[in-house]
Amino acid sequence: MLNVGLSVLGLSRFQFAMTTVFHFFFVPFSIGLAFIVAIMETVYVVKKDETYKNMAKFWGKIFLFSFAVGVVTGIIQEFQFGMNWSEYSRFMGDIFGAPLAIEALAAFFMESTFIGLWMFTWDRFNKVVHCLFIWLTAFGSTLSALWILAANSFMQNPVGYVINSQTHRVNMTSFSAVVTNRQLWNEFPHVIFGAFLTAAFVVAGSSAWRLLKKDHEHFYRKSLKVGLIVGLCACLGSVWSGDTQTRYLINSQPMKFAAMEGLYKNSTNKGNWAPIAGFDTKNHQTKWSVDIPYVLNILSYHKLSGTIKGQNQVNKELKAKYDGTTQGRKIKDYYVPTRTLFWSFRIMAVSAGLFGLLAIIGLWLNREKSNAIMRQRWFLYVMGICLWLPFIVNTAGWFVTEFGRYPWVVYGLLTIADAVSPTSTVVGLLFTNIVYFLIFASLGAVMVILSHRVLKAGPDSVLTDGYSSKPEKSSDVDPYEMGAAHND
Amino acid sequence: MTNLQLLWFLLIGVLFSGFFFLEGFDFGIGMSIRFFAKNRDERDVVIQTIGPHWDGNEVWLITAGGAMFASFPMWYASLFSGYYIVLFLILVALIFRGVSFEFRANMQTENWRNFWEWTASISSFCAAFLFGMMFTSMIQGVPLDAQGNIYGKFTTYVNWFSLVGGVAVSLLCFIHGLNFLRLKTSGGLRKRAESWSKLLYPVLLAGEVVFVILLYLTTDFFDRKPVSTWGILIALVIFTLIAWWGASASHDWASFLASGLSLISVVVLIFNGLFPRVMIGQNNVNSILIKNASSTPYTLHLMTIITFSILPIVLVYFIWSYWIFYKRLRSPKQTAS
Repeated sequence: MLNVGLSVLGLSRFQFAMTTVFHFFFVPFSIGLAFIVAIMETVYVVKKDETYKNMAKFWGKIFLFSFAVGVVTGIIQEFQFGMNWSEYSRFMGDIFGAPLAIEALAAFFMESTFIGLWMFTWDRFNKVVHCLFIWLTAFGSTLSALWILAANSFMQNPVGYVINSQTHRVNMTSFSAVVTNRQLWNEFPHVIFGAFLTAAFVVAGSSAWRLLKKDHEHFYRKSLKVGLIVGLCACLGSVWSGDTQTRYLINSQPMKFAAMEGLYKNSTNKGNWAPIAGFDTKNHQTKWSVDIPYVLNILSYHKLSGTIKGQNQVNKELKAKYDGTTQGRKIKDYYVPTRTLFWSFRIMAVSAGLFGLLAIIGLWLNREKSNAIMRQRWFLYVMGICLWLPFIVNTAGWFVTEFGRYPWVVYGLLTIADAVSPTSTVVGLLFTNIVYFLIFASLGAVMVILSHRVLKAGPDSVLTDGYSSKPEKSSDVDPYEMGAAHND
Repeated sequence: MTNLQLLWFLLIGVLFSGFFFLEGFDFGIGMSIRFFAKNRDERDVVIQTIGPHWDGNEVWLITAGGAMFASFPMWYASLFSGYYIVLFLILVALIFRGVSFEFRANMQTENWRNFWEWTASISSFCAAFLFGMMFTSMIQGVPLDAQGNIYGKFTTYVNWFSLVGGVAVSLLCFIHGLNFLRLKTSGGLRKRAESWSKLLYPVLLAGEVVFVILLYLTTDFFDRKPVSTWGILIALVIFTLIAWWGASASHDWASFLASGLSLISVVVLIFNGLFPRVMIGQNNVNSILIKNASSTPYTLHLMTIITFSILPIVLVYFIWSYWIFYKRLRSPKQTAS
């Protein structure tokens, strides 16, 4: 899968994958949870039901853990382009830096300022204004996703550029082409729906665990309801945006698409689709597969007929296109890691079905004036376990997107091997990889322990924000006011 | 060099100035948690002073990094890959610092609270120290090849001047943090911050003298730009003296602004010395120049329009959020008495 020999290239790739996957545990969760908290607070403002205020405060607290880890791991992301991939930075700076800078300027400032205001000013502003803070935080986090995906989309599908004939680097010619990149508007909705889904199922799943313990039934049933409603909408959105994005790939990145469906040979008009299959990646052939006719065509073209190019055919075409060119001079072939893409794609598809099903069953069991949800303990167990699933699914999504671009870092323009820092050393990278790994493992563990503790402590004990070490005393008082007094 | 390139060189300087002014007192407050505050109540208050602000302040660094990538990719690529281990250690320090505030508040045992407080203090010190070290080693000239890659030895990064630079910047940040505490707290805490900074300013001034001597010996700043370099150094000393005077005369605002401005003077000193280069090669060989390091005019133009339309709005709500929280804090004990 990941070709990690002890080489600078292998270790740099491993580091990028590790830091990005870890960072992306927290990013979608934060984006989604900001919206869910915003929805809860809005319901409170409209309905004046205190339960919703407590819900917003409570889930807001969990949001803050995730946000903090997201911020600090995000700086790694920005720095490592220069640190590990300096040739990439030189090649792409003219285009890639701009969205990154705009992301910081337009989105990060908004997010961090308004979350600071939100967490420390309960009861200091009127309800509508305070609610506006969390909406601005949520809006800021969405904007940040938009800009970083604009940068990523260029790597998938370069537009609005020329290659400078002297420097052999990318020069931007049209910013509007970069931000209207079709890849971006296929990718962005899918990522955002994925973020909603992640947060929704973590909220619903955590609530399910608490309900199993018969803890704060009223509170957690309402949380479960909000989680499942958002989760169902997000699930439908993910399926829709996933479908448009996948079909877009048929023409834009046929190799990625063929690998996702495990096709080496061109498909016939019959449209055989394999839910499961085995591959011989060395000799580029399918060893065995379970075939269902027509499904491939329905998925790809929304009709019964049509054909899809297999990887062998696409490889030939790409070789004809790039062999002998500067960019393609070192590339042997263009096959991508088929097993990774095939199974990652299936993890996404199966999970989407599962999420949808769970949301519908859950909403039915959790309907008002019925106690069914408390009797169907199996369902609560399944929900509780499924709170981990979105993180796996998000990772699978990025595996498809990024492995499917192999061997390019910028599609058709720069290979991964040519992008790495010439100054990097194996020893340095080994050291940093090990340290990052240890940090991430311990941060992840602390995050889980803390969230679990907050959940266990329940809604009554956490109506405090800020950094006081004595949460139990502050109960309903504004934590900032509590410690504050004018010095007259 | 075009006007746009010059503008962006200045803007990168402005962003780093903003970062050091703001994150400077953040680092100082971080250090104060264990090195200054005496008990848990005091530590609560100390952390509370930057509670709503620290992540916003850190965004200045992200913006500076992003802006450098966008406007001077050759500079960004060379500096960031060349200072690989230093930046890695900075990242580690920033990670621990960032999460420790959040984690500390949710720990249930004394030992774990102590652990995260020490983490916050030590990592704040390390981050400030490493930033100081990075910039002071960078201005001495680094071994650059014709492609702009730095092949440094251990002594490229760690030498007498860079160590002094690291200590000076962390001390400056620590005092800046104390001055911020004087603004945001009252009673015993404020008094003690004042007396600490009164004691620390002579040390800082001595450090500045050593810094100037080493700057003279190891950089080409005085040969190439004697007037401006001396001018900025004098400003640095004057700001330090004003801040010291402010500590004696209980002028909290004067001290805070002056210590912030001395941090900015250091940034200005570095950018003034770099100009018209962005990276200085050893003996000025293969130095990277502003005119060769930048993005295309198209990108610079675009970024200029975007920055000047977004930044003013950002500054408005950024400053507004400080204004909302501008209020002195007291520890609960004091409030009760």
